[in-house]
Amino acid sequence: MHPIRKKRLTIVLFLLAGLSVAVALTTYALRQNINLFYDPSQISAGEAPIDVRIRAGGMVEEGSVVRDPESLKVEFLVTDYSASVPVEYVGILPDLFAEGQGIVAMGRLNNEGRFVADQVLAKHDENYMPPEVASALEKASEAGAKSATESTKSATY
Amino acid sequence: MWQIFHKLGSPKWFFGISTRFMPWLLAGGVLLLMAGVVWGLAFAPKDYLQGNSYRIIFIHVPTAFMAQSVYIMMASAALVTLVWRMKLADVFVKAVAPVGLVLTFLALFTGSVWGKPTWGTWWIWDARLTSMLILLFLYGGVIALDRAINDEKSAARAVAVLVVVGVVNIPIIKYSVDWWNTLHQPATFKLTEKPSMPAEMWVPLLLSVLGLYLIFGWLACVRMQTEILSREQRTRWVKEFVLKGRV
Repeated sequence: MHPIRKKRLTIVLFLLAGLSVAVALTTYALRQNINLFYDPSQISAGEAPIDVRIRAGGMVEEGSVVRDPESLKVEFLVTDYSASVPVEYVGILPDLFAEGQGIVAMGRLNNEGRFVADQVLAKHDENYMPPEVASALEKASEAGAKSATESTKSATY
Repeated sequence: MWQIFHKLGSPKWFFGISTRFMPWLLAGGVLLLMAGVVWGLAFAPKDYLQGNSYRIIFIHVPTAFMAQSVYIMMASAALVTLVWRMKLADVFVKAVAPVGLVLTFLALFTGSVWGKPTWGTWWIWDARLTSMLILLFLYGGVIALDRAINDEKSAARAVAVLVVVGVVNIPIIKYSVDWWNTLHQPATFKLTEKPSMPAEMWVPLLLSVLGLYLIFGWLACVRMQTEILSREQRTRWVKEFVLKGRV
C-alpha cells in the first residue's frame, strides 16, 4: 500500500475511533434521558420525580386489572417481576392491552406512589407465532402445571 | 491483488460488466420480492397476538434492513474515496444516497402504520425511532451537501467525510432496543440464536429481504451508469457508446 494512502487510512480510522468514543460517552451520560420510561423498580426506589409528566413501563400484572363498571376507569399493577406500581387510567385502552402484556403509560406519579396515566400504549415483544401454536403452548404449560400439582398431591398422600 | 482493485475503479470497465449483470439482478429481485410479499401477505399464518396487522413486517423489515445496509455500503465506498480517491466509489455514494433516503422513509412510514393499531400511536420519541429519523436526515444531508458544492472533487471529499462520520449512527440504531428502554421491541433475528418466529413466517421475510437486495443492486447499477455517462461525456469511449450503443 502506498505510504500516502496508508497515512490517509490511519487518519480516517483515528477520526472514526475518536468520534465513536465521544458519541459513546455522550449517550452514556444522557442514558436516563434516552430511556423512554422508568421501570417499576426505579419508581419504587424513588428514582422517578413526583408530579412531573413521565412515562412508566412494564408488564401488566396477571389478575390485577380492575375495570370500573360505571366508567372507562381502569386500575392495574405494572410490574417488572421485582417491584410493581399501581396505575390508574381513564380512557380507551389499545387492542393489545391485556394481563401479562407490556405497556408504556404516560402520566404523573402522585404522593401515594400511584401512577395517574393520561395515555397508555401497548408494547409487544419480538416473538411471533401462529394462534394454534400459541394455544398449544398454553395447553402444554397448563397440563404441565396440573401434572406437577397432582404429583405433589400423590406424594403427600 | 491491488491491480484488480484498481481495475474495479475504472468507470468504463464497470459500465461494461454491470450491463451484463443488470437483467439478472432485476429478474431475480422481482421474482424473490413478489414471492416473499405474496407468501407473507396472503399465505403465512397470522400472529396469535396481533392477528393480521403484523403482516406489514414483510414490508417494514426489508426496507428498514436495507436502509441500514445501504448506509454501511455507502460508508465503505466513502472510505475508499477518502483513502484511494477512486472515482467509482464516489459515483456509488452519489447514486445510492437517494435510494437510501427512500428506503428509510418507507421504513419509518410502514413503522408508523404498524404502530398505530398495535402500540396505539403513530410516533414516539424512543431511541429506535429517533435514531432512524437521524438516518433519514443523514441521507438528506449527503444529497444536499453534494448539490451544494459545484467542484466535483471537493464535493466528493466533503460528502465522504459526512458519510463516514454518520456511520456511528448505525450501531446506535441496531442496539438502541437493547441499550435503552424503548417502545419498539427487540430484534426477532439474532446472529447467534434461532429466530423467534416459525419458519413459515421467516422464510417469506428472508425472500423479500433478498429480493429487495437484488432490486437495490439493479437500481444502483442504473443510477451509477447514468452518473458515469454524464461525468465521462467528453471521453472517447462514451462517444463511441452513444454512436454504436455498446461498450
